[in-house]
Amino acid sequence: MIYAAIVFLPLAGALIAGLFGRAIGDRASEVVTTAFLLIAAALSWVAFFQVALGHETHDVQLLRWITSGELDVSWALKIDTLTSVMLVVVTTVSSLVHLYSIGYMHEDPSRSRFFAYLSLFTFAMLMLVTSGNLVQMFFGWEGVGLASYLLIGFWYQKPSANAAAIKAFIVNRVGDFGFSLGIFGLFFVFHTVNLDALFAAAPSAVGKTFNFAGHDVDILTTLSLLLFVGAMGKSAQFLLHTWLPDAMEGPTPVSALIHAATMVTAGVFMVARLSPIFELAPNALMFVTYIGAITAFFAATVGLVQNDIKRVIAYSTCSQLGYMFVACGIGAYGAGIFHLFTHAFFKALLFLGAGSVIHAMHHEQDMRAMGGLRKKIPWTFAAMLIGTLALTGVGIPHLAGFAGFYSKDAIIEASYAANTPNNFAFWLLVVAALMTSFYSWRLVFMTFYGETRADHHTYDHAHESPPTMMVPLLVLSLGAVLAGILFAPYFIGHDESAFWGAALFRGEHNHILHEMHEVPGWVPYSSSIAMVAGFAIAWVYYIGAPWLPAATARAFRPLYLFLLNKWYFDELYDLIFVRPAFGIGRFLWKDGDGAVIDGAINGTATGVVRITDRVVKLQTGYMYHYAFAMLIGVAAILTWLTYNGLFGGVLK
Amino acid sequence: MSNILSVVTFLPLVGALLIATLNAEAKGNARWIALWTTLVTFAVSLLIWINFDTNTAGFQFVEEHAWLGPLKYKMGVDGISMLFVILTTFLMPLCILASWVSIQDRVKEYMIAFLVLETLMLGVFCALDMVLFYLFFEGGLIPMFIIIGVWGGKRRVYASFKFFLYTLLGSVLMLLAMMAMYWHAGTTDIPTLLQTKFPPDMQWWLWIAFFASFAVKMPMWPVHTWLPDAHVEAPTAGSVILAGILLKMGGYGFLRFSLPMFPNASAELASFVFTLSIVAIIYTSLVALVQEDIKKLIAYSSVAHMGYVTMGIFTASQQGIDGAIFQMLSHGIVSSALFLCVGVIYDRTHTREIAAYGGLVERMPKYAFAFMVFTMANVGLPGTSGFVGEFLTLLSAFKANTWVAILATTGVILSAAYALYLYRRVIFGVLEKASLKKLLDLSPREIAILAPLVLLTIFYGLYPAPVLDVTATSVKNLVQNYQSAQGTAAASAAPQGTH
Repeated sequence: MIYAAIVFLPLAGALIAGLFGRAIGDRASEVVTTAFLLIAAALSWVAFFQVALGHETHDVQLLRWITSGELDVSWALKIDTLTSVMLVVVTTVSSLVHLYSIGYMHEDPSRSRFFAYLSLFTFAMLMLVTSGNLVQMFFGWEGVGLASYLLIGFWYQKPSANAAAIKAFIVNRVGDFGFSLGIFGLFFVFHTVNLDALFAAAPSAVGKTFNFAGHDVDILTTLSLLLFVGAMGKSAQFLLHTWLPDAMEGPTPVSALIHAATMVTAGVFMVARLSPIFELAPNALMFVTYIGAITAFFAATVGLVQNDIKRVIAYSTCSQLGYMFVACGIGAYGAGIFHLFTHAFFKALLFLGAGSVIHAMHHEQDMRAMGGLRKKIPWTFAAMLIGTLALTGVGIPHLAGFAGFYSKDAIIEASYAANTPNNFAFWLLVVAALMTSFYSWRLVFMTFYGETRADHHTYDHAHESPPTMMVPLLVLSLGAVLAGILFAPYFIGHDESAFWGAALFRGEHNHILHEMHEVPGWVPYSSSIAMVAGFAIAWVYYIGAPWLPAATARAFRPLYLFLLNKWYFDELYDLIFVRPAFGIGRFLWKDGDGAVIDGAINGTATGVVRITDRVVKLQTGYMYHYAFAMLIGVAAILTWLTYNGLFGGVLK
Repeated sequence: MSNILSVVTFLPLVGALLIATLNAEAKGNARWIALWTTLVTFAVSLLIWINFDTNTAGFQFVEEHAWLGPLKYKMGVDGISMLFVILTTFLMPLCILASWVSIQDRVKEYMIAFLVLETLMLGVFCALDMVLFYLFFEGGLIPMFIIIGVWGGKRRVYASFKFFLYTLLGSVLMLLAMMAMYWHAGTTDIPTLLQTKFPPDMQWWLWIAFFASFAVKMPMWPVHTWLPDAHVEAPTAGSVILAGILLKMGGYGFLRFSLPMFPNASAELASFVFTLSIVAIIYTSLVALVQEDIKKLIAYSSVAHMGYVTMGIFTASQQGIDGAIFQMLSHGIVSSALFLCVGVIYDRTHTREIAAYGGLVERMPKYAFAFMVFTMANVGLPGTSGFVGEFLTLLSAFKANTWVAILATTGVILSAAYALYLYRRVIFGVLEKASLKKLLDLSPREIAILAPLVLLTIFYGLYPAPVLDVTATSVKNLVQNYQSAQGTAAASAAPQGTH
């Protein structure tokens, strides 16, 4: 019962605010949706204690959905530890974001619509994480995509927001293309799309091949890779990442909820959820590791030079998602989900903090026009500082630290233990950790330290945000400080196997969680060293010698431009996908349909018109032609039947 | 109950006769009579659905009367045709309502044309005699021509003529094929023909002949170019009927004739249909992307969506055919709704050019909401009716041929591109154009038209069981017969090889 309430309260809120928002007013919409979310969040924590710590699992059947032959899909809620962790993450962050938005959006004329979308998103996300079959997961998957599209384009007057919304949807659809094919393939092989049945059947397909696109390929590897393409789209991984930075066109609370804490982690959730399948496909897992490590590195490099405060955090998100995928790829699912869990707190904190800065600065997002804000908005500064300490993973090895210290360092250690070729995963992640530290502190220094670069009016009027915005920052700060130390024993420590139960699957040769504790002594320090180094460089560049950034950019101009332009992916995709699609479309329309097909038809038409004009002397006879032809047809059939004596009975 | 199908089929004709007795000035009366006739017809058709036995594979509500010699007047429905009857009777009242204000010339004749059209369309789905089917099938085009030709746009003559040419070739061939079938089987009775085993060579030719007719109706690439022109010139309600029902006659024809009567030819030619289907999905989606006229864009998107239908049908599997039927019904709702949406703004501004719009959400939030729901259904978003059919047909395609599934699935990317790009240009952006600044949101009449469509789109997306339950048994039977026919063909081919 409480599980159904958790999932459907946000839907109820969305419907009330969306359909009756105009009637009940914006304030009522805000209150209803936020209250429903707070209840759902409270219930989620109850569920978390029952399920994750009390070791229960639940299956709630709701309704039949699609039944056709052996395909049988129902609406149902599957609650295990993995789900309950996601429930807590989604409803907690979502309720805080709802609360925060009451303050942040208070000047917006269409707040009912905004809150309806936020709640709708939450509902779709909850359907995704509670799904017991792949099709319902796909429903949630596309549902969050819809909500994301609507929220990125929330300010529909802005052309850039509209473009970003469409881009997000379409790039995600590219991922969904893979996801769908994965579902089709699993159904083809196992005749079911229900997770439990798939997990039971998957081992029987190990080492077997099937014909896919003309080649005999390994079944589980191929299908895992197809599913992972979906994850790459949703979680903005390398090659399908281009939509995430643009998604920052949406209001900042949206960025915090959807594009940092929840939706973008759906891909990681998917791989963890399907671990019983992925674990049987080591080559697919290797691919996951590669993509994760490359993304962690790539996104961090781009984050180094961005000037828009939200874009820095967006690339940071992209990069951190890469860490989570590395964890999954090397079989340390618990560590991946743990990082998902802690990241949700500190990244939502950073985004909402950035929102508070933007709010204070009257919608200025360019850090080059900020600086010196720590005195004007000290509480926001404190929150951002905590978020940064958590993200960069500050802590003392073997003792204590902020949230990221536990989860990120666990992934780095596990990546060493995983023994990837040349230890590439480990090294890429360590370098990325250094860059993470650099761009995070760069953000803090550029925004809060030094002399202000804002115009006087804006700076003088910069003010701390209202309580509805500060309370969420406070709660998330607590999460960023405590989520690691409190939950590490369960997610990745000595209680982990009881905690996860059957929710995560590990193959018999997967001992990664054990091996990660036996890495050489210097490994746990590597990430701390990277973190300190990143901080030091940032300090030198932005506090010690403020002329250095410009000088460096000049000295390495091609590299600087390469990073500033995000490795030119947008330009590349525009050149090889977008323009050709329009070009081919135009060609097929004008030349294919127009010249060739219609040309042939019109040619015949002219001929037929000449002939029929002689036969049927009717000036505007296009309609009568047809009637005439039909009459001839009927006459012909009757004549023919008569000739063959078939009407014999009648005639006699 | 014994002649309820005839009642439903000919009720609209009675209404048409009633209107014919009115004098030409009585516009209002003509409208009201048409509306009530269609509503009563819809209500009666629901009785059929309620009494329909979903566990029976064969025909139900069968009625049979002597007619011309060997030809019989025979009607009946099974799980395949049942819901097309409902779709037709459901869309009709909406069409009448949609024409309430926009049609002011020759209202009487217009309503008569629509009611006659309804009778003929219902006849197509109920007829159990081949010649009767043919008469309804081809006869339905005459009122459609009149609707486009009299109440259509500027280039209506060209559009109707193009349609005429396309259709003529197909129907002549179909007629010849029907003669040949009669020659062979000695009957025009469809249930008997369904039991008849035509020799494989003959099946091949019959299949091609029927295909020529149904492919044009569908329409399949490359015989689709009549559709965008016909839609553009047709009045709104004409487009609704065209997209909502007339296109489905092709798919219905494949399911009633091609697949069950010529199973061996269908198996041999399935790859050919798959190829055309994939080309339709990719080609017309790309063409839709660059359209400048809203109606043309939706028309091209219809062709792409029908590609999933033909693909699903010729996988000859439960999921494929269930999906194809569902896709047709869903498309009947969604594309009709999209054309109605175009009608709403066309009535206000008298242009269908995409570039003439922008920022409509500012003035028309209710309209924007409805349009969004239909756009998402068109894109095949799960939770809308558009998803179920697309999903099932693609699922079945994977089993038939992975290449087909891969290529057809690219359609989900392309449909998102053209549909959202359209939505953005019409609904989003800044409302700048002076012509749009005084627009009014949906009127109560327009809400009455669109609200049921919104509700059904979402309801059948979340709970498609009422539809899938109706089709399941008949489709299962069809698939089994198809498979056993493949078996006997193989068995009879084997000994021949040893000679």
